[in-house]
Amino acid sequence: MRASSSERRPDDGAFEALSLRNGAAVSLGDVPDMNFDSFARWIAGSVRTGCRIAAFFAVARGRLEHRVENNGTHFLYAVLADDATGLLTVARAPVSGKYPSMARAVPALHLFERVIYEKNGILPEGHPWLKPARFENPSGPAAGDMDFYRVDGDEVHEVSVGPIHAGVIECGHFRFQCLGEEVLHLEISLGYHHRGVEKLLAGLSPARIPSLVEVTAGDSTAAHTWACCALLESLTDTPVPPRGHYIRALALELERLACHTGDVGAIAGDVGFLPTSAFCGRLRGDWLNMSAMLCGSRFSRGLLRPGGTNFDVNTILAREMAKKMETILRDVRGATHLIWDSPSVMARLTGIGALTKADAVALGLVGPASRACGLSPDARRSHPLPGLPAPPALCTADTGDVNARTKVRCDEIAASASFCLDALRDLPEGEYRFRPDADETLPLAPERLAAVLIEGWRGEVCHVALTDKGGGLAAYAVVDPSFHNWAGLALAMRGQQISDFPLCNKSFNLSYCGHDL
Amino acid sequence: MLEIFLERLRQGARTGTFPDALPDLPARFRGRPFIDAERCPAAAGDGCRCCLEVCPAHAIYREEDGLSLDMGLCSFCGECARACPKGAIIFTVDWRLASTVREALIVRPARYCAPSLPGGGLPASHGLPGGTDGRRYVLPESPITPVTARDRSLARSFRLRQVTAAGCGACEADLNVLTTLVYDMGRFGIDFVASPRHADAIALTGPVSRNMRQALEDCRAAMPSPSCVIAVGACAISGGLFRDPAASVALSAGIQEGAPPHMPVDLFIPGCPPHPCTTLDALLRFLGKKTPPLD
Repeated sequence: MRASSSERRPDDGAFEALSLRNGAAVSLGDVPDMNFDSFARWIAGSVRTGCRIAAFFAVARGRLEHRVENNGTHFLYAVLADDATGLLTVARAPVSGKYPSMARAVPALHLFERVIYEKNGILPEGHPWLKPARFENPSGPAAGDMDFYRVDGDEVHEVSVGPIHAGVIECGHFRFQCLGEEVLHLEISLGYHHRGVEKLLAGLSPARIPSLVEVTAGDSTAAHTWACCALLESLTDTPVPPRGHYIRALALELERLACHTGDVGAIAGDVGFLPTSAFCGRLRGDWLNMSAMLCGSRFSRGLLRPGGTNFDVNTILAREMAKKMETILRDVRGATHLIWDSPSVMARLTGIGALTKADAVALGLVGPASRACGLSPDARRSHPLPGLPAPPALCTADTGDVNARTKVRCDEIAASASFCLDALRDLPEGEYRFRPDADETLPLAPERLAAVLIEGWRGEVCHVALTDKGGGLAAYAVVDPSFHNWAGLALAMRGQQISDFPLCNKSFNLSYCGHDL
Repeated sequence: MLEIFLERLRQGARTGTFPDALPDLPARFRGRPFIDAERCPAAAGDGCRCCLEVCPAHAIYREEDGLSLDMGLCSFCGECARACPKGAIIFTVDWRLASTVREALIVRPARYCAPSLPGGGLPASHGLPGGTDGRRYVLPESPITPVTARDRSLARSFRLRQVTAAGCGACEADLNVLTTLVYDMGRFGIDFVASPRHADAIALTGPVSRNMRQALEDCRAAMPSPSCVIAVGACAISGGLFRDPAASVALSAGIQEGAPPHMPVDLFIPGCPPHPCTTLDALLRFLGKKTPPLD
């Protein structure tokens, strides 16, 4: 796969960003260098015309010495996703130490800019509120030690929750500003799970990368590992047999089925509706067991590897899986129908934690949370990787509340299951993994940039890798959908009862470690 | 309302049969590994390093008398079994991995012994070398000294405070599953509680990030004694994929190697993540309860 031609956007100024297809690698020399003004205009203009920020990160110049004529200690790289054309666009700007913040014009950048400041020390001048994102620096403030937005007033009180929560979940810190029961503002402070994944990935030999990616965000193993495999495949020019593609797609949808089913059950549990909660708790496990039928692990560990998959689905297993799937699907339908038929549940879901379409666009929300606001980002449809069957039907809702998020997820269960049944029936013949002739790892192409979007169950997972002159990894950027969506949860809580927080939280069910990396 | 009852009738009772019977595990499940001393080239004094080189977790290392595989680091990906030129590494479907002794998680080459009865023992994991050769394995269970020997009162009520110290969410998810009606661990008197004040043990997951260290210490300090620490998953036991044992350091400045040294672990549950049956088996044996014998 090679880049398609550069495109010119005359309305955005006289400069060009490089376009590439999802999963393609381009030569670093072809990535246009823009001066910062053009770069900022290009980003703002593209976002205005419907592009999303897929990734935004800085790479130290020392790693990439291919353009000596430019000044600057770092390059800022932006990868934008254009759903209308199905292309990714990429450009970079050299910076030294600081640049004018773009977060006011493009709110979706606010967290990216904070991360770059924390990681690379590059100051976004004029950022609305520059504070730590992941508390990455050992010499910096301790996790959670930052200025929080506060509301003053006689009857205003602050509720502080975490880092350790009451349930069996990951850790993060929440500050609620409340007037009685009403939440005026919620601020979320994360970073407790920061493990330095991006830095580690850039230092590992390519053969070890997929295993570490698998534990980046455990409930999105298939999505992240697929993204990383596709990156390595495009950097090594490794083909994937069609059967391998189908098995990967199956794993990704099984992950979606398990998580959606579990969350619908948990939403029911949070409003005290135990039948659906109990049924779905069990059914989620049944979906996980289907992943284990496929590869021995309930979390698709050890399944996806560059070149295809480690396990095949033969005719007998395909038939067995399809049969089991139909049984589970029937039970899930029975369990979830109970919600929609119970006025008491509907009353608790409707109008709670609503987000407007405009806010969803401004924050750059992805996945079901965005589709529940009437938007339709879905990388499976807009940025399909080659060799895959037609994606599952698009499921959207338009009220942006917990009800809409629940509905989108229920609809996606039906769509994904029907996709899986078709895929199991139509599995292409042949190999499921490409094996190079010599038993050695293929070298990475030098001075390349590759970017991949995979639509995980929470939304779009984006991995970007840059290689240096010697074919080593110069940078590896991971953007989990949670990174885009945490701000959406905070905004959805405004004006809500604090007792509805668990419900709102569950309807998003965001990943802490996916954000913290 | 009627719909709820009808659906309940349709779906039926779904509590699993384990531990009354052997668990129903998928054929490709990768449980306790077995290193066949008669096949392993390294055990025979050969310089073979095939498995060492592919292990993403650095869980296999060389000792004087051959290879060792540390289940406390292993992510059970099966790459070593694929890489072995002689098919000497076999992952069996044996789910009983936990131990109260860290050293007991280390698997060393052994001679294959067929089960005394035909059909006894457990098969190897399908989908890996050795998966279809028909051999069945009876492997020694790792020792678990029941905590009830120390404190009898825990046998009937054992409360866990789960702390995720930078876990990826998979161990947490498969711990949570124990509370669903399939495993229903409440029936054994085991449950998760919100407050460390009410807890008898910490169920620790994750490699313990720098940013979680203080919260973990605070939680541990808030627990009344007697109390214990259970390390769930490779990350909590050793740092897992985040550790390089060759250098004996964590790979990243952001993490340490699982449970901190001053927080001694009482029960180790390997896996990435451990299967719910592995965890339930571990907890039940830790409480001195019977689990089904293999042969």
